[in-house]
Amino acid sequence: MKPADSSPPTNALLEINGVSKHFGGFTALDGVSIDVGKGERFGLIGPNGSGKTTLINCISGALTNDGGSIRFDGEEISRLPAYLRTRRGIARSFQIPRPFGSMSVLENLVVPLEYVAHSGSLHLADTRGEAMEILKGMGLADKADTRSNRLSQVELRKMELARAMAARPRLLISDEAMAGLSSNEISEVLEILFKLNATGISIIMIEHIMQAVMKFSQRLICLDAGRIICEGTPESIVENPDVQRAYLGA
Amino acid sequence: MRFFLGALLLLAIAAIAPMFVRLEYFYFAGFVVLQFIVLATAWNILGGFAGYVNFGTGAFFAVGAYSAVALYKAVALPLGLQILAGAATAGLLGLGVGLLTLRLRGIFFSIATIAITIILETVVMNWTYVGGAKGLPILRPTEIPLHFTNYTQWLFFVMTGIVLIAVAIARYIQTGWIGRGLRAIRDNEGAAECSGVPTLKLKLAAATVSGALMGAAGAPFAQYLSFIEPSSAFSLNYAVNALAMPIIGGTAHWIGPVIGAILLGSVQQIVTVTISSEMNVLVVGVMLVVFVVAAPEGVLGLWRRYVLKKGDE
Repeated sequence: MKPADSSPPTNALLEINGVSKHFGGFTALDGVSIDVGKGERFGLIGPNGSGKTTLINCISGALTNDGGSIRFDGEEISRLPAYLRTRRGIARSFQIPRPFGSMSVLENLVVPLEYVAHSGSLHLADTRGEAMEILKGMGLADKADTRSNRLSQVELRKMELARAMAARPRLLISDEAMAGLSSNEISEVLEILFKLNATGISIIMIEHIMQAVMKFSQRLICLDAGRIICEGTPESIVENPDVQRAYLGA
Repeated sequence: MRFFLGALLLLAIAAIAPMFVRLEYFYFAGFVVLQFIVLATAWNILGGFAGYVNFGTGAFFAVGAYSAVALYKAVALPLGLQILAGAATAGLLGLGVGLLTLRLRGIFFSIATIAITIILETVVMNWTYVGGAKGLPILRPTEIPLHFTNYTQWLFFVMTGIVLIAVAIARYIQTGWIGRGLRAIRDNEGAAECSGVPTLKLKLAAATVSGALMGAAGAPFAQYLSFIEPSSAFSLNYAVNALAMPIIGGTAHWIGPVIGAILLGSVQQIVTVTISSEMNVLVVGVMLVVFVVAAPEGVLGLWRRYVLKKGDE
């Protein structure tokens, strides 16, 4: 399954082993195995319906995998509820942004700060100050008091990433954070993700925008019909005939 | 701090009111309004903050009332303990219904609350110890506590206390991390869970607290009427009012249900006396429709828009 040029990390943060997921008679994931290393930038591509979102739903806990194991930092997490996985250090953004629409942008970040980062010692924490720091890093500081359902698409995407960061993750899953954005906006979001990665956070990027995911990822896999059809460096992936047939439309 | 001083002041006013207001009807009608403040506030903790609509307020109210009646009849439990017992049973009911249905998102909880009302009413109809379908007359204690000259005044005072406790709890929940978690659940449950919010636990806690407060509101009911029977204790009116009052007042803030209950409760009492007791049900319906169409964020929303001029921000 693994081509020679891929280099599975020796210090894996996330170890997915033979994970499968069925919806009735439909097999969405069929024995998927991936390792993601500490601080790695990992790309996940594949055509629509190939199982990318199902896979990250299984990682983040929105769905429970039927078979196989998911280990995070050595601990089996596949039966943990989603909020405990977030507390272990897995955060995600959503393909279609899901803001807490009745709250301000700042409050959106206070939720994970209260429930994850400071869940043990809340009374000591200046969660608003911390939220503001994160917003500054994302270029959203001037929107702090805006109700989040008033944001533009790119602002929403950034807020989703900011909210994920407020959970102080060790692994960030970005689910099509750039879909529908202009090329300037794509570079903005990409820059943010590079910056986050530089602080040591592993990032799994799911993306249809090829130049972005190829530029970003150190290693990629391509899913098709619930299976990994190819794994390797960006260069090897684009040259792989299976990938070209399944995805790039060659 | 200001809140607690205000609460103490209100309690003191309720305590000395009999020195100024001698009209017996004031306490009789006021009790009902106070009771609705508790029910609306309790409903709002789950329905307003977390977005899980309870159609079974009548069931929680009646469970409180009948727990109190059963214990009063069995061991002549004093009123304070009746209220605690009513709150405990109704709180357990909330937890139970929650455990069965709150694992699922969406309308299952709401459906279950309707079902539970029908089931429990049937059970009580056939429970002869508390009077069954024909009801049970209650002899109030002959001794009236403190300086009050009749039992209704005392019940009015006690209900004021329950109101203050209910509102204090709702305020505590709303302004802190619990309230923020519940709002996150209402806005987007999936995103809340992924932000580390233990959604099931919070929903269960809210269902328990909400149910317990409804039970506490129901516990003095039989003492108030000197009588209890199932069709009035389980009345659909409680469910409709407990839902209409927060919507009319505004669900986002603890003061919303209080405003809604005072407004709607008072209008109902006035209409009952001046026009007819049937008309007061119509009032709820008309006001609910008007507010849902014209002011979906209730009196609070109107206040924000026209007095604070804040628009939708």
